[in-house]
Formats: sequence, structure tokens, C-alpha cells
Amino acid sequence: MLKFILFRILQAIPVLLIVITVTFALVHAAPGGPFDSEKKVSPEILKNLNERYNLNAPVYEEYLDYLSSLLQGDLGPSFKYVNRSVTEMILTGLPSTLELGLYAIMIALMIGISAGLLAAVRPNTWIDYVCMSISMLGICLPSFLMGPLLVVVFGIWLEWLPVSGWGDSRWDWVLPSFTLGFAYAAYIARLTRGGMLEILSQDFIRTARAKGLSEARIVLKHALKGGLLPVVTFLGPAFAGLLSGSFIIETIFQIPGIGRLYVQAAFNRDYTMIMGTTIFFSVLIVVFNLLSDIIAATLNPRISYQAKQ
Amino acid sequence: MVFIPSTLSRVSACSAIILLVVLLAGCNKTEPESNNKVISHQQILRVNNGLEPQDLDPHITTGIPEYYIQLSLFEGLVSKNPQTLEPVPAVAESWEISDDQTHYVFHIRKNLHWSNGEAITARDVVYSWKRLLMPKLASEYAYMLEAVVNARAFNKGEISDFTSVGIKALDDNTLEVTLNKPVPYFLQLLDHQSTYIVPQNIIESFGKIDDRGTAWTRPENIVSNGPFRLKEWTPNKVIVVERNPAYWDAAAVKLDEIHYYAVDNKQTEERMYRTGQIDMTLDGQILTDKIEVYQQQQPDHIHLTPFLGTYYYLFNTTRPPFDNVLVRRAFSMAIDRDSITKNVVKGGRKPATAFTAPGITGYTPRANIHFDPVMAKQLLAEAGYPDGKGFPAISILYNTHNTHRNVATTLQQMWKEILNVNVTLINQEWKVYLNSRETGDYDIARAGWLADFADPTSFLDMFESGNGNNHTGWSNPEYDHLITLANQTANQTERFELFQQAEQILIDESPVAPIYYEMSANLVNPRVKGIYPNALTYHPFKSVYLSDD
Repeated sequence: MLKFILFRILQAIPVLLIVITVTFALVHAAPGGPFDSEKKVSPEILKNLNERYNLNAPVYEEYLDYLSSLLQGDLGPSFKYVNRSVTEMILTGLPSTLELGLYAIMIALMIGISAGLLAAVRPNTWIDYVCMSISMLGICLPSFLMGPLLVVVFGIWLEWLPVSGWGDSRWDWVLPSFTLGFAYAAYIARLTRGGMLEILSQDFIRTARAKGLSEARIVLKHALKGGLLPVVTFLGPAFAGLLSGSFIIETIFQIPGIGRLYVQAAFNRDYTMIMGTTIFFSVLIVVFNLLSDIIAATLNPRISYQAKQ
Repeated sequence: MVFIPSTLSRVSACSAIILLVVLLAGCNKTEPESNNKVISHQQILRVNNGLEPQDLDPHITTGIPEYYIQLSLFEGLVSKNPQTLEPVPAVAESWEISDDQTHYVFHIRKNLHWSNGEAITARDVVYSWKRLLMPKLASEYAYMLEAVVNARAFNKGEISDFTSVGIKALDDNTLEVTLNKPVPYFLQLLDHQSTYIVPQNIIESFGKIDDRGTAWTRPENIVSNGPFRLKEWTPNKVIVVERNPAYWDAAAVKLDEIHYYAVDNKQTEERMYRTGQIDMTLDGQILTDKIEVYQQQQPDHIHLTPFLGTYYYLFNTTRPPFDNVLVRRAFSMAIDRDSITKNVVKGGRKPATAFTAPGITGYTPRANIHFDPVMAKQLLAEAGYPDGKGFPAISILYNTHNTHRNVATTLQQMWKEILNVNVTLINQEWKVYLNSRETGDYDIARAGWLADFADPTSFLDMFESGNGNNHTGWSNPEYDHLITLANQTANQTERFELFQQAEQILIDESPVAPIYYEMSANLVNPRVKGIYPNALTYHPFKSVYLSDD
């Protein structure tokens, strides 16, 4: 297993290097620069600004300088937020994004697994149809529609929950986490249903039933582990997706997370911030994929066997 | 066949119920901290400032969100009366101006202190302005002081001895400023954030005079001289300022705290206002469709104020067909501005018939261009395109925004109906659009201009030959001459007459087609008192207070 992990970590290095190089090239190829604005900056000032941020150097030199700083753990200063470094901005936004992602994934798992189980144990009944229809709704309803809808109902009409904010009130996490988690709940429900149906039709389940085990024990103890395997594989990329894709939720609910930072950096041509957030999310995706592979390998003997080979 | 156990169904159902309970547990009435009466009692004003500020250093930033916070934290030599926009004493308690308007002597208040209790003297003003002009600081607003003797040369690095610049501290309380030409609006510039004074000791304990982006503006470090001081700064969330007891006019400050939220989503902003999470908006850009709703349902909650800004289209005069003045005038005269303001942009915006927006005391442009479809057709025919025949394919360039799209599609339709020409639309992301405009890669482009101060020069300087903001490619020696002459004239009446003549040339030659004058639309809770409408949307919080009366 250790060999498997080491191999995957080594694999990640060229992946990250490619991400860094391609992002760097794209950022510099995009029309417009970090100091463009409606009111033109004078050429002398622009020259001094470019000098300040090492933008007067040839691109390849800039790239090598960036790589060298990166190796020393320095993501550089933000071009937009002039008195803050990229690392500081990421670390400031990280707790909110992590918290939001964690709440959302918990909600997604609770709803998704419950609905998937219900649907799997009663396939082709009205319960199955209702669960799967709701999950289809979750997949189809985009969060920029779902979020404001929930806000209007629970925040404005009923006045039960705050319409925005993060960490200001005990309950401001509820609406954004639910909005973000619901779409993932829908996927998890469908994956759970599929996985469980496959396992429940296996011979060892029939054997268990023949031995007279209670159905709850069969499902929860014997079938669930295998049935949830697709969900486990999905969880790694899902969590990384939750963190990197929370931009809309962070904007709707005014959450000071990294998602907003990421997208705004692109609009502002904040080169170092674009690079920093892209690298951060790439590492996150690599790590979560690795974790989900490790868990899947632990749960599935076939994957463990392949790893040993 | 799959056996369906009742136990299992209950387990699943139970999970769902737990989740429901968790969700419902969160469902209580809004928290007490957003209770309006409590806030009113504590004099805490909560405003939406639109965007996260890029910094709070007044010599570095250029944006409006930063300005609103700096207006609370810092103060310049003079301030403005929010009702009349006339200059009023601030750091300087009085001043004298020579007859030729090139020599100013400011008397700095005695017993003036930074928020850390240290004294403020005329030398602090000299230091602050020197910092603004330091070439390496690369302040984008350094040109605010370019009328000062040798300031421009110092800023360009042509001279390095600051003593030759016309800014001198004669003693602790006297500052002398010498200009190289009369600038009738010079006092207005001294209330611009770029000329605010900054603390030397603090700045230099975090870096050199010309270091950008040091930590001196952090809440734990910053020292300021305005009515408020910085208490908290959580990026992308909130900035809190509190009353500054060391401020010279602290007794006049009524608010205990101001919370500046960084909400850039307009729908979220409106919802926050509706549920009482904020007391007012600041950027004057609430959703257009909400303006009408509030006007009908809660007219006392909406502040609509014309301000010094013009929304316009620019023509690329460097290539056909808009190198022909007849074509430009035809297109400009085929714009039904009344219809656009009434049906498209709404919100009380007024049709623009000249480039300089109304609101400058003593200056109302005589020049005007208006909707005249018959003349427009005739001009296009004279240009060689009768009924639009043979007119080349052209496009309108705009940046991604609903309003810009709506205006562009309306104009596309108007020009088709009136001039019988086909226009395509090009929508680009902001920075790409700026790049296309700057490199002249467009036929017609939308644009907007906001004045930095209340003077025609703030609008008309832009079209001088070689000005970096003139992206039309248009140039006219007579226009240049009139602007240069106006900028050297001390007499305001004569000066304004020269601007009138220049603006007439601009409108006659139409490198731009003005469309409407900007309107600031803010939501302001009636409990917020002391906010006055003015053409610069200048809202200092020094005299603002909350009252349920």
C-alpha cells in the first residue's frame, strides 16, 4: 500500500508542473493586464508598476522566477490586494471554504445515502420513484437558482434564517451548506442506489438470507460496505469539487472563502492570485483523489490486490 | 425478490428526520444583533461597500470602495460641505490664495493629532505629498498635484531634489504651495484621497517611503487622522471603523462604528437591505428593476441622485466608416435617448445631449446633440450611404453586463430602423474589452466616465490629442488649443467660455455619442440621517447618525 501511495505522489509532481505551466501560459496570453482600468495609467507609472511586480522581464524569466519562489513556498504578493500575499489571502479564505464544504458534504451524505438506501431496498416502487425524482431535481436545479429560492422562502418570507453572512449568526451556515450539498446529495443517492442494487443481487447476500440473518443486518452489515464503494470513489473528487466549485454559493451568501477569490482573480488579472489558487485547488484535487483511492483500496480487495501487484 | 425490512425503512427514515430536525433547529427568527432598534441605540451604521478594498493606503488605491473607507479614516487639508460641495476647512483651518491663483498658504490647525496621539504638523503634509509623487510608489493619482511647481518632473524622476518642488513647510503650522499655473479647482483636489495625509513614523516602520503594499494599513498598525479609526478588517467580509477620539472635531461625530460589508452581488445586497442586515448601500448601483419597486412601495427608502458621470458610445475615427464626421453625426442623431432612459436603463437617468454632465456650478454645456431621425438619414445619404446602401458591416463592442447588453441591442434596433444599417454585437469580458478599446480594435464601443472633481476639465481634458483615455483616435488642434488656454486661465467665467467652445467642437465632430447622464441609486434606511444628495455622491459619515424619529 505504501508503494501505491508513493507511486501516486510521484505521479502528482508532473501533473502539478503541467498545471502550473499551462496556467502561467494562459494567464499571460489572456488579453488585458492587471493594471488596466477605465482610466488609463500613465506610461511612467505603468512602467514602475510592472517593474515592481517583475512584469518587465521576458516571460520565460518570469516563469523561472515564479517556479523558484514556489519551491521556497512563496506564492508571491497579490497584484490586486496590494498589502497582502497570495498565501495569506488563501489561508484567510480557507477556513470558511473548508467549513462550508464539510457541512455540505455531511448534508449530501445524509440525504444521499438515506434516499439511495430507501430507493434500493424498495426498487421500482413509489418510494424509489420519489427518491430518484428528487435526486434528478437536485442534479438539474443549478445552485444559482436553488440558493436564491431557499433564501426567498426561509430568509425573506419565513424570516427563519439569515439571508447571507458567515460566522455572524449561529445559523447562517444552514442555507449555503444545504444549497451546495443538495446537488451532491442527488449524485450520491443515485450512486448508492446503483451500488446497493448490484450488491443485493449477489450470491453472498442470497446465502446470508438463506442462513436466516435479519434483513437489516444483511443490508447494513454485509451489503452496505460494498454498496457504498461507488460513493467512496466519488467522495474524493466530490469534496475537491465542493471546495473549488463553491464560487456561486460564496457569492450568493456572501461567504469570505477561496472560491470567490479564485474567480475574482481571473477577472482582475491578478496573475499571482490566479496561479496560487489554481495550484492550491490542484493540490487539493490530487490529495482527495488519492485519499478516495486509498479508502476504496481498503474497502475493495480487488483494488488492494492490483496495488500489491 | 428483495425482502423489504420494516427496520431498514425506519433507519433510513430516521436519518432523514435527523436531517430535517437539524435544518429546522436552525430556523428561528433573525438574530437580535440585526434588530433595528438595538442598532439605532448603539449608533452602528452597516453599509454595503460593494467590493473588497485593494488596500486602505490613500496614495495607492484608485477605487470607489476604498475611497469611502478612506473618507472615514483620513482627512486632507480641506474637506467639502456635503450639501453644497464647497471647500470647508479640515486639516487646514484657513488659507490665503494669491491674486494670480498660483500661490497658496495654508494654516494648519494647532493641536491636531493622529489617532495614536502624536502631533500633526505642516511637515506631515509635505511628507505625504512627497510620498504621493515618489516615482517608485507609482501612485496612479500622482497627477492630482501636477500643477504644483516641479511636481511632474519629480514624479517622472527627472529631478530628485524635493526641495525644488513647490511644497514647503514654513513652520509647524504653515504650508506654502506654489503652482505653475492657476488651477481654480485646486482646493477640490485637496479633498481627493490621494492628497490625504499619512503618518511618516508608521509608514517608515514598515518600509521605505515609496514601498507599496506594506503592512502599515493593517488594523494593528494603522494610524490615521480622520473622524474614525480602523478596528477590524476581515478580507472579503467586513471592515469596521470606530470613532476616533483624537480627531479634532470628535464632538461632531455621532456614529460609534461603521461596518463596511464587501457584498458584490446586487441581489444579495438587496436581500440584506430588505432583511435589515445593512442600513444602506453606497455604490449607487442597486438593481434597475428594484428601483421602480422601491419607488412605488417604499419611496422613502431610495435615494436617486444625478451625479457627474456620462454613459456614452465612442466611434473609432481611425478607420472607415467612422472616420467620416457625417456618419458619426448620423449615428448619434439616430439615438432616441429619451426612449433609452425611459424604457431601458430607467432609474431616473436623464438623456445626455452633451458630454459634460450637469452639476458643475456655473457650467451647463451649450452644445447639444439630439434625436433627429430625418437629419440622421440625410447625413448618412450625404456621406454616400443613401438609406444605408453600401454601408459596411460594423459592430458594437461592450463588456459583459446586462445594462450594456440592453443598451446595445436597443441601439442596434434603432440604427436598423432609422438608418437601415446592420450592426452586430460583440460582448467581451472586462479586461479583454479594455484591451480591444485601447488598441482600437472596434467600430463602436460603449464607455462610461465619472468625474474626479466638479470641473469641466475632468470631462473635456480626455479628448486632447495624445490623452491616454481618448480611445477614439480623434484629434483636433483647435480643441487642444482651447483646452490648453482654459487650463491656463484664472478667470472662471472666461475659462468656462473656453470649455463651452471646446465642447461645441466635440459635439459637432462627434467622436463620441453621449447617451445618458449617470444616476446614483442607493437604498438608505430612513433612520439614517445626514446623507445629502450631491453630484459627486460625496457622503462623509462624520455628520451621519441614526434616529428613529
